[in-house]
Amino acid sequence: MISETNLDRRSLVATATAFALGAFLWPGRARAMTVGEARALIQRLVDEINSVIASGRPEAQMLREFEAILVRHGDMPAIARSVLGAEGWNGASAAQQRAYIEAFSGYLARKYGRRFREFIGAEIRVTNTREVSAGVLIGSVANLRGRAPFEVEWLVSDRSGRPRMVNLFIEGINMLATERTEVRAMLDNRRGNIEQLITDLRGRG
Amino acid sequence: MHSRRGNFGRTCRALLVAAITLVVAACAQPDGFDTINDPHEVQNREVHAFNLSLDQRVLRPVAGTLGEGGTGPVGDGISNFASNLALPRAIVNNLLQFQLVDAMANTLRFSLNTTAGFGGLLDPAGAWGLHKRPGDFGGTLAAWGMAEGAYLELPFLGPSTERDALGMMVDLAIDPLNTLMAPRERAGSLALSVIDRVEDRSRFAGLVDSLLYESEDSYAQARLFYLQNRRRALQRGLADDDIEDIYDDF
Repeated sequence: MISETNLDRRSLVATATAFALGAFLWPGRARAMTVGEARALIQRLVDEINSVIASGRPEAQMLREFEAILVRHGDMPAIARSVLGAEGWNGASAAQQRAYIEAFSGYLARKYGRRFREFIGAEIRVTNTREVSAGVLIGSVANLRGRAPFEVEWLVSDRSGRPRMVNLFIEGINMLATERTEVRAMLDNRRGNIEQLITDLRGRG
Repeated sequence: MHSRRGNFGRTCRALLVAAITLVVAACAQPDGFDTINDPHEVQNREVHAFNLSLDQRVLRPVAGTLGEGGTGPVGDGISNFASNLALPRAIVNNLLQFQLVDAMANTLRFSLNTTAGFGGLLDPAGAWGLHKRPGDFGGTLAAWGMAEGAYLELPFLGPSTERDALGMMVDLAIDPLNTLMAPRERAGSLALSVIDRVEDRSRFAGLVDSLLYESEDSYAQARLFYLQNRRRALQRGLADDDIEDIYDDF
């Protein structure tokens, strides 16, 4: 009687394992990121931003820390590439591409870091999550003194191989679209000279 | 006197209806989230240059005297008061859009802040999480199916669209408070909104300065900010199509 139950249990476990392995190894089906993983990533990112703001360190130091946070949790090469566009990207040498990613990351961290610093003061709170075709959208709310709170939404994608932040929307204003307009206008005004663009990005934001 | 005013009111309303019908017919093109419809770009850029010099010469220096981040409690009081006065108009539009929950929330907020908030100077409703739900006639026109129309930058007022500019005019005409007010009170309310604007300019100094003076093309940035923010607010959140997959381009 007892041995029979054990046998049943053993075969059940074996079948379940086989199914799980099959699902995992099924060709063409990578394990997708869960909503929970995406949420945890943004929660970490937001916690780190909050603690940098609360630290009260000098601005220059805060901005360097924001850059480290962005590089740690965001897919900066993909964001930088998408902002520049296929034409500009493919026209650049590998060394220029690397220099551009680095200059753009610093620029983005300074620009958005300044806004976060002066705007928030209070805290960003993760509120909701939603699956979309491009990944998982994490909603968060930032409180402002004497104003209605404003919403920041973060897009997380794992198409690079692991979950990374790839875009954010501040009250609907799309960071990627904003920077695309900005950086491409810069490139146009420099007659497509990427070296000049890289130099000038280092001094902006 | 009374009948003359009545006639004037009726003529105004008739003109408005005619204008709405015309504009609804004129801008019947589909709205895409990332599309920018800006056939008046040349004139718009001239208006932008005017607004920019106005900011540079007047708004920014005046706001600068308030110090960074607004004037604190005084400025908060003015913002609260101005925002409270705008609530009846928002409620009318919530109703016109059949957004009954928004209308109720705004009504509750208005009664709370007008009484316990000393005529709207304080914002006890906000402290309880009862924030203002947006409602304007531009949004009402959108809810009724009118297309956004061309992008416009208006002198003094800044970014808008054909639909929103029309909505702004209608809002002035249908504002319950505005119609109740005597000319002197109306002048006071205009002065209040100007002061509120200066307060905002000082409170958001970093953001506005970076948008207007540090970007490569401040006109294009202001246009993008306005359209994306407005579209998301009107459709109540981002739709799946609004969110691109950045890995698709490469």
